[in-house]
Amino acid sequence: MERDQNTLKLKKGLAQMLKGGVIMDVVNPEQARIAEEAGACAVMALERVPSDIRRDGGVARMSDPQMIKGIMEVVTIPVMAKVRIGHFVEAQILQFLGTDYIDESEVLTPADEQYHVDKSKFEVPFVCGARNLGEALRRIAEGAAMIRTKGEAGTGNVVEAVRHMRTMTEEIAALKEMNENQLADYAKEQRVALELVKEVKELERLPVVNFAAGGIATPADAALMMQLGCDGVFVGSGIFKSSDPAGRAKAIVEATMHYNDPAILAKVSEGLGEAMQSLEIKDLENKFADRGW
Amino acid sequence: MKIGVLDIQGSVDEHIISLKKLGVHVVRVKKPEDLEGLKGLIIPGGESTTIGKLLKRFGLGEEIAKKVQDGMAIWGTCAGAILLANQVIGGEVDGLNLIDAKVQRNAYGRQIDSFETKIEFANTKIPAVFIRAPKILNVGDGVEILSKLDGEIVAAKKDKIVISTFHPELTDSTVFHQWFLELCEQ
Repeated sequence: MERDQNTLKLKKGLAQMLKGGVIMDVVNPEQARIAEEAGACAVMALERVPSDIRRDGGVARMSDPQMIKGIMEVVTIPVMAKVRIGHFVEAQILQFLGTDYIDESEVLTPADEQYHVDKSKFEVPFVCGARNLGEALRRIAEGAAMIRTKGEAGTGNVVEAVRHMRTMTEEIAALKEMNENQLADYAKEQRVALELVKEVKELERLPVVNFAAGGIATPADAALMMQLGCDGVFVGSGIFKSSDPAGRAKAIVEATMHYNDPAILAKVSEGLGEAMQSLEIKDLENKFADRGW
Repeated sequence: MKIGVLDIQGSVDEHIISLKKLGVHVVRVKKPEDLEGLKGLIIPGGESTTIGKLLKRFGLGEEIAKKVQDGMAIWGTCAGAILLANQVIGGEVDGLNLIDAKVQRNAYGRQIDSFETKIEFANTKIPAVFIRAPKILNVGDGVEILSKLDGEIVAAKKDKIVISTFHPELTDSTVFHQWFLELCEQ
C-alpha cells in the first residue's frame, strides 16, 4: 500500500499528540532525563535557556548539533530545537539531524528582517510564536503546523502570554460577527488567504494546535493558560532556573493535566521552593516578543 | 451507552469528536471515579511515557485494569497500544499489562518517518495515520490479528481489549470507532 509522508496532516498530527502536555526547555541530556521522568511530553533542546540569553546578550543562535544529538539519544519523547527567525539553513541542519519539531523562535536573534522561513518546503514540522490572530495566520500560511503564544520568554512573568492568548481569543470571536466583505477586508489587512480566515471562523479556533509559551513559572501559571484555552504549555527557564527543577517540573505536568481542579492545583503547588528569578516587563531592555511580524 | 476517553494528554478531543458523531455519551476520564458505569474506554494517542507516569501517579492505572477485568472494553491507539501491551521494546513504560503483545516504540523512526496510508479493517479500506508509531512485533496465543500493513500487525484484540498502532481519530472515518462500540455492547 502506498505511503504518504510529511503531509500537513502528519505535521499537525504530532502536535495533536502533544496536547494537554508540557514541553520543557533542556540544555543537556541530564536535564532531558529529568524532564522525561517528570512527565514532559517533549523537550526543547537548546544551549541556553531564555533567561540566560537575556542576561548574556549578544547573538543567540541554533544550538550545537552534538548537544541536540546527545539529547535525542537519551529520551524517547519527541525532541524539538530552535532556529533563528528566517534562518532556513539552521532549519535544514535540524531537519537533517532528525529533530521532531523545529521552533522558529524570537528567543534567538532574528537572521532575516523580511522573511520568516518558508516552512512548507520542509519535511519536518514547525512551531512558531504569535501575539495575535494575524501573526498566527501568517505563520500558518508559511507552513507552521503548530502555534504558541510568544509571551515574554526568560522573565518568569506570565502577563504577556496571557495578553497574547486573550487577544487571539477575542480576534477569533470577532470573526463570528463579520460578513463576507468584512472577512475579505480582514484577510487583506492581515495579508493572508481568505480561505484561512474562513476556516478559523468556522472552527472557532486556530486550525492547528496552540500552546502557551513565554513566562510560565508555576503550576498555577500553566493551569491559567490552559483555562484560557491553550492546548498545552511550553516551560522554558521556569523549571531549571528554579530551586527544585524535578519537583517543579512534575508539579507543572500535574497542574496542566488537572488545570480545572483547584484541590489538585493547591496540592501540587505546595513546597516547591523558589521560582525562577523573575522580571517586570517594563524594565526589559529587549522585548523578544517584538521580533517577527 | 457511556464511553470514556482517558484525558491525561494527547488526542483526547479527536476521539471525543469521532464518538459524538456516533451518538454515544462520552466522558472525559481524569480520575478513578470517572470510570463508573463505562462500557468502554479509549486510551488516545499521545506520549506513552507521559501518560504511563500520570496513570501511575494518580492511581488510575490499577482502577482501569480492575474495570477491564470486570468486563469494560478498552482500546488503545498508538501510545494507548503501548500502554496495554505486556512487552515493550525501546524504553520502559508504566503500562497496564493487559494484552499479550510485543510492541516496539517509535518503530518506524522519528517524525520525518511518519506516514499516512490506507489499511484493510473489518472488510473495509480505512485511512490510517501513523505518527512516530509503534509496531506490534508479535502477539500471544488467543490474540486475534485485526489488520496488517505490508505483513506487519497494526491492530489486534483479545476479548474486549483492542490495540491499534495508528490513529483512526485523526481521520473522518468512524469505521473503527463504530466497530469498537459494537464490541462494547457485547
